[in-house]
Amino acid sequence: MIERTPVFDAIVQVLLVLSFVALLLPFWVVLVAASHDFHTVNQVPMPLLPGRHLFENLATAWEKGNFSRVMVNSLIVAIAVTAGKIALAAISAFAIVYFDFRLKKLAFWAIFITLMLPLEVRIVPTYSVAADVLAPFEAILNLTGLSVDLPQWSLLNSYSGLVLPLVATATGTFLYRQFFMTVPDELAEAARMDGSGPLRFFWDILLPLSRANMIALATIMFVFAWNQYLWPLLIITDQANFATATMQLQKVVPNGVWGEPPVWNTAMAANLIVLFPPVLVTLLLQRWFVRGLISAEK
Amino acid sequence: MTGIELRSLRKTYSGNDVLHGLDLTVTPGEFLVLLGPSGCGKSTLMRMIAGLEAVTTGDILIDGRRVNDIEPRARGCAMVFQNYALYPHMSVSQNIGYALKVAGVPKAERQARISAVAGSLALTDFLDRKPSQLSGGQRQRVAMGRAMIRSPRVFLYDEPLSNLDAKLRVAMRLEIRRLHQKLGTTTVFVTHDQVEAMTLADRIVVMNAGRIEQVGTPSEVYQHPQSTFVAEFIGAPGMGLVDAIADPKRGVLCLGDGQEVRFDAARWPDLPHGAVRLGLRAEEIGITAHPSAHTVMARVELIENIGPHRHAHLSLSGCNLIAQVPNDFALQSGAQVAIGFDMAALQLFDPATGRRHAGQNVPLAERIAATV
Ligand SMILES: Nc1ncnc2c1ncn2[C@@H]1O[C@H](COP(=O)(O)OP(=O)(O)OP(=O)(O)O)[C@@H](O)[C@H]1O
Ligand SMILES: [Mg+2]
Repeated sequence: MIERTPVFDAIVQVLLVLSFVALLLPFWVVLVAASHDFHTVNQVPMPLLPGRHLFENLATAWEKGNFSRVMVNSLIVAIAVTAGKIALAAISAFAIVYFDFRLKKLAFWAIFITLMLPLEVRIVPTYSVAADVLAPFEAILNLTGLSVDLPQWSLLNSYSGLVLPLVATATGTFLYRQFFMTVPDELAEAARMDGSGPLRFFWDILLPLSRANMIALATIMFVFAWNQYLWPLLIITDQANFATATMQLQKVVPNGVWGEPPVWNTAMAANLIVLFPPVLVTLLLQRWFVRGLISAEK
Repeated sequence: MTGIELRSLRKTYSGNDVLHGLDLTVTPGEFLVLLGPSGCGKSTLMRMIAGLEAVTTGDILIDGRRVNDIEPRARGCAMVFQNYALYPHMSVSQNIGYALKVAGVPKAERQARISAVAGSLALTDFLDRKPSQLSGGQRQRVAMGRAMIRSPRVFLYDEPLSNLDAKLRVAMRLEIRRLHQKLGTTTVFVTHDQVEAMTLADRIVVMNAGRIEQVGTPSEVYQHPQSTFVAEFIGAPGMGLVDAIADPKRGVLCLGDGQEVRFDAARWPDLPHGAVRLGLRAEEIGITAHPSAHTVMARVELIENIGPHRHAHLSLSGCNLIAQVPNDFALQSGAQVAIGFDMAALQLFDPATGRRHAGQNVPLAERIAATV
């Protein structure tokens, strides 16, 4: 139902503007704080208009946080997670929707359950697997009475360790599953009649049709992977080589333990740096995403 | 040219029989129409021929070769779907050429064949458009082009015209018929529209609840329906059926309300005394102003104006009949009228089994003499 009353419209508009302002306020404070020098930012009250030291602060933060290294790490991880996730999601959803195989129900539920167990919930077992990937197989083999000793393979302090546990979740699979189920059966049958096998059908027809879907998932996954904090903090001890951008923030954030005054301007500048790639990706892909929806053929 | 043979073909979905052992031969080059009410298994049968649906028991032979376990692509059938099933992200030319692309036909040859097919379907101007930018009729033609380009051994159409408006449907019907005359490819066409079936078919297969009721040319099916189901289903309107008791010795049919009609008992020498069902088409029933020994009285329930003539819905001894009446004939609903039958066209059915009493063919002269 669409309301057509002017008063109601006005109220809705005001609410919209208010929530928008409330949403933007923290970002504004970050921006303002990042643009003043050390003394101005520590005044009470803090000024609410930007100052002239933004680039200075950005440079300091970049230096202090070793960002030329960790931004690359974060990019590698975010892109790998996004790509891996899309590939895994599309293929597993394809299997679930288009094939009848034994244990299909089991596979479906196994994937479904991972939805309810995000990384944070199962972080201890996930860590122990990451520390010794082959340990579960060894345990299973030992149960059957075979006593084997598999070599130790650890994912700690590696890109695979940062990426793989984030890829192996069900969200994308379900997005794809929902999409594949809206594709008319006749399309698959027409492709069969045209002589195309399942992989060809997947590649030639399903993937192009799911473009908008793919871009939406890419946006979500890139931001999700970029923002990971707990997991990288846990498995990366070699921070000089494998630290990610978000991990680095804690080092720039003021540390009150030794009575130093908090360096808010540098900290907020570091925030801006870390914020930039996901915002850029969202803006860029959002445009494609909307365009994909508009030109979507039915 | 390619023939198809079905041998006691059965289809069961999770314990429910959908097709109950069909036997059917499609002769090479024939245009065969599968006709029947919704849910009778037409699509299922066609999809089994195409290879999209597994066979429960029985055999399908194409050109004498058993194809039960052969992939759709190897059967040489091309199918046109009811909702066209065009690939939405591909242009018209990509849609038409997709089968060739999959088959690895070189690009130059592919383009040439696409142009030829598009030309013959008047699609040349639309080759770069997406399906969403086409009208229903154009989409329909693209779907046909996609089937034609493979030069298939068999065309399968599943209600391809049911999404089109009435005028376009007639035009596409002609186009399909023309295509068949030109290519002579064996064709199986599913429809539940009996006008479509009558105009297109070399032979019609009338199906009902997973069984074949009758196979025959359009005029055979129309004039000599083998069962009451076919009688009522074929024709617009279908055949009217009236229950009666046949008394061959006296040569009369006694209706339920006590009225009697004389009939030509010689046509059915083996007809026993007992219940029968009379079948009469609208054009074989005349309403007259003069009751006589050859007429019976019926009540006019409703008058429908069709255009060239009118249909009078009659109630005769509790059964419904439709009579064709000229536009200028004065008639009122609610009136009692006298009706006479074209006795030579009369069909008799066994009410217990629904099958037709065969009877003998009557020479034309006698038929005319017997007519009221
Ligand atoms: N996948 C399926 N699972 C179970 N039952 C099915 C399936 N497909 C079809 N049926 C049943 O088989 C019967 C025949 O279906 P079919 O689609 O062949 O009918 P149809 O003659 O083509 O009807 P319509 O004119 O409506 O298209 C129907 O009763 C339908 O419910
Ligand atoms: Mg159907």
